[in-house]
Amino acid sequence: MVEKIGVYVCHCGTNIAGIVDVEGVARWAAEKLKPRGVVVARDYKFMCSSLGQELIEKDIKELGLTRVVVAACSPHLHEKTFRNACKNAGLNPYLCELVSIREQVSWVHTDKTAATEKAKAIISGGVERIIWHEPLEPLRVPINPATLVVGGGIAGLQAALEIADAGSHVYMVERQPSIGGHMAQFDKTFPTLDCSACILTPKMVDVGNHPNITLMTWAEVTGVDGYVGNFQVTIKQKPRYVNTELCTGCGICQEKCPKKVIDDVFEAGLGKRKAMYIPFPQAVPKFPVLDKENCTYFIKGTCKACEKFCPTGAIDYTQQEEFIKVDVGQIILATGYQLFDPHRMPQYGYGRLPNVFTSLEFERLSNAAGPTGGKIVLRDGVTEPRSVAIVHCVGSRDKNYNAYCSSICCMQSLKFAHLVHEKTGAEVYECYIDIRTPAKGYDEFYQRLLEEGTHFIRGKVAEVTNAPRTPEEEGKLIVQVEDTLIGKQQRIPVDTVILSAALEPRQDAKEVARLFGISCSADGWYIERHPKLDPIATMTDGVYIAGAVQGPKDIPTSVAQGAAAAARVEGKIQQKEVAIEPIRASINPDQCSGCRICNDLCPFNAILFHEDKMVSEINPALCQGCGTCVAACPAGAISGTGFSNEQILAQIDGLLFLNVKKLDTVPAEGD
Amino acid sequence: MSEQTDTNRPFEPVIIGFTCNWCSYRAADMAGTARMKYGPNIRLIRLMCSGRLDPTFVLKAFAGGADGVMITGCHPGDCHYVEQNYKALRRYILLRKTLVQMGFEPGRIKLLWASAAEGAIFVEEVNKFIEQVRALGPLNWPTSGNVEEMFAIPEQMMIQEATS
Repeated sequence: MVEKIGVYVCHCGTNIAGIVDVEGVARWAAEKLKPRGVVVARDYKFMCSSLGQELIEKDIKELGLTRVVVAACSPHLHEKTFRNACKNAGLNPYLCELVSIREQVSWVHTDKTAATEKAKAIISGGVERIIWHEPLEPLRVPINPATLVVGGGIAGLQAALEIADAGSHVYMVERQPSIGGHMAQFDKTFPTLDCSACILTPKMVDVGNHPNITLMTWAEVTGVDGYVGNFQVTIKQKPRYVNTELCTGCGICQEKCPKKVIDDVFEAGLGKRKAMYIPFPQAVPKFPVLDKENCTYFIKGTCKACEKFCPTGAIDYTQQEEFIKVDVGQIILATGYQLFDPHRMPQYGYGRLPNVFTSLEFERLSNAAGPTGGKIVLRDGVTEPRSVAIVHCVGSRDKNYNAYCSSICCMQSLKFAHLVHEKTGAEVYECYIDIRTPAKGYDEFYQRLLEEGTHFIRGKVAEVTNAPRTPEEEGKLIVQVEDTLIGKQQRIPVDTVILSAALEPRQDAKEVARLFGISCSADGWYIERHPKLDPIATMTDGVYIAGAVQGPKDIPTSVAQGAAAAARVEGKIQQKEVAIEPIRASINPDQCSGCRICNDLCPFNAILFHEDKMVSEINPALCQGCGTCVAACPAGAISGTGFSNEQILAQIDGLLFLNVKKLDTVPAEGD
Repeated sequence: MSEQTDTNRPFEPVIIGFTCNWCSYRAADMAGTARMKYGPNIRLIRLMCSGRLDPTFVLKAFAGGADGVMITGCHPGDCHYVEQNYKALRRYILLRKTLVQMGFEPGRIKLLWASAAEGAIFVEEVNKFIEQVRALGPLNWPTSGNVEEMFAIPEQMMIQEATS
């Protein structure tokens, strides 16, 4: 055997060593796999530590190792670490193989003997496989400095501004007619009670005016092709029926439009808007949108009031959907969340009992720019409530709906209590499971509310009803809750109930994830590359996530994530080019029979057929390395780097201990 | 001839599992991170895509002593490479037919779709498959892992039959 292989078995503290006899495995590898080229096998407490890496580097230099197998955690965690260690010692990084004996052995098995045997099998597979590894060089492609930001909420705005300020171009795509997101709907922000619009709208204006930002609202991404550094994105621009070149945003069309409809997006169903509308006064861009479904002209063929009064002739009823293609190098997804629909919990009476409000409805009620001018009133629009109950965890921390904590609702509910106190002097009852106030200044805010005289009742609300049992309950909403601190059922008669509804992933989160090639958790939140160490990147290179799309979070955290994603993008742009895993297929023209079976298999159109030579050829820039053509070629003319037939067949040999059996008549398997 | 010498111990099947880099391998990672438990009988191989699965790999595993083979990939429509798991599906169906014709119990091979978030499903299905193969008993294919040899055996038998 010409190769000199080093095997390194990691203890990972007790994570691996607690179940697998790591010393025994290393001894076994040194002895039994010696004829296969293993010259050294060591175990170490933490292979990924700098001392562990130095151990490998030293052996490469002193023993002249030509191959390295590390048995530790998943390659998705530390493959890069060990490849770099090899590179530092002058060994081609692709001659290093990381096999997982933590995620695949010690963490999932309980029988120590069987786990140790499996660890041996996995190492044996890795050793056989690495004999067939070839030195590879990563492919380098230039990075397009333009970036796509999807979603114009606070996270997306922050990301776009940071990148644009750094000098790179940003395409911002927003589904709604205006950017701003949920934050534009809120009244005050906790715990500082800043006016939400006052701190948000300057950022919106900056994005709207920035020379480096192309703002595309009322638009959606419909196609994503390519890879990190070179994505081709298709954006559907929905028709506004307003020529934005001519429109000045004067608002006369909105004023003259005779058709009023309930605004269930921005005003959360509490207010009305016109069929021709600008969603809110500070909207960016200022262009109105015509709601075709509700427009009298589109329904009946007459009206055209907007066209008649438009001073610049900007109304265009003939506008069609447009598909725009842009090239970008990287993508930030900041598509946010949606509110849990409390209709799904009929026991709380939302939709049936008029004075049960959602948290978003209350934000609009309390907002000075909202439908009531900031007056907190009942659904009749006049009466001020004298008592208010706030129900926490509606749709969160509930196995029937969402098991997770929505993270922001406690603070939001405390904020509501404060606003009710301040504006109405009503009694406020907070019905909570646990109060969670973990961030800066949050618990101080909770203490403040305790001092303001809010009643805190620890218990999950069972029911909200309008059926009275006593004269005091007459005409009231009755909140039925067990106060678990005194162990008593309570019936609290109130005028208004606010449901602190859960944050949920957007309805189409899964389809959007598929479009961008990233994955969702079972809940539907997008999965980050690493939950602790890389919460911004995704498993798809060049696609980042920011804000509530990754999981429920408050404004400061969303802003921090937006900025962090921008920093990652800018960091890549500075590198000017990106290294791509050299996992590619190639065709040996001498073996190719020109049957063209592979041609139709490739979803990336990477395989070209040369009519003149009657052979197929793979374009390495388009090939993504899936290997389907390799498996399909009847002539065996296609080989895939990193995952060649020889490598995989050898790994099977190793996993089944055939390598050891051939040399040793005693079966090496445990059973 | 069975190699089981210790009759008191239950038969422990050896299973080779093929995973794709993007979904099912990550499901296995997730099972690990969440400390879910499954039988140590399965040994995994990482491919970039289930579409990379050459049927030879499966035959090789059986020939080399595996009692069962599990092929896993992304859910239909979720493939990192657009649609290559559909090609894996087609190959799986053909391969299973071939194996049955060769005298294999169809229960020795299994196809599973598992997304990166479905660690629990991965664990459940692996455990089910282990029990399924355990019930079928050892395969004991008497070859040394050489796929050509597998096909050579019936040929020799035919010659023997013809000459006797």
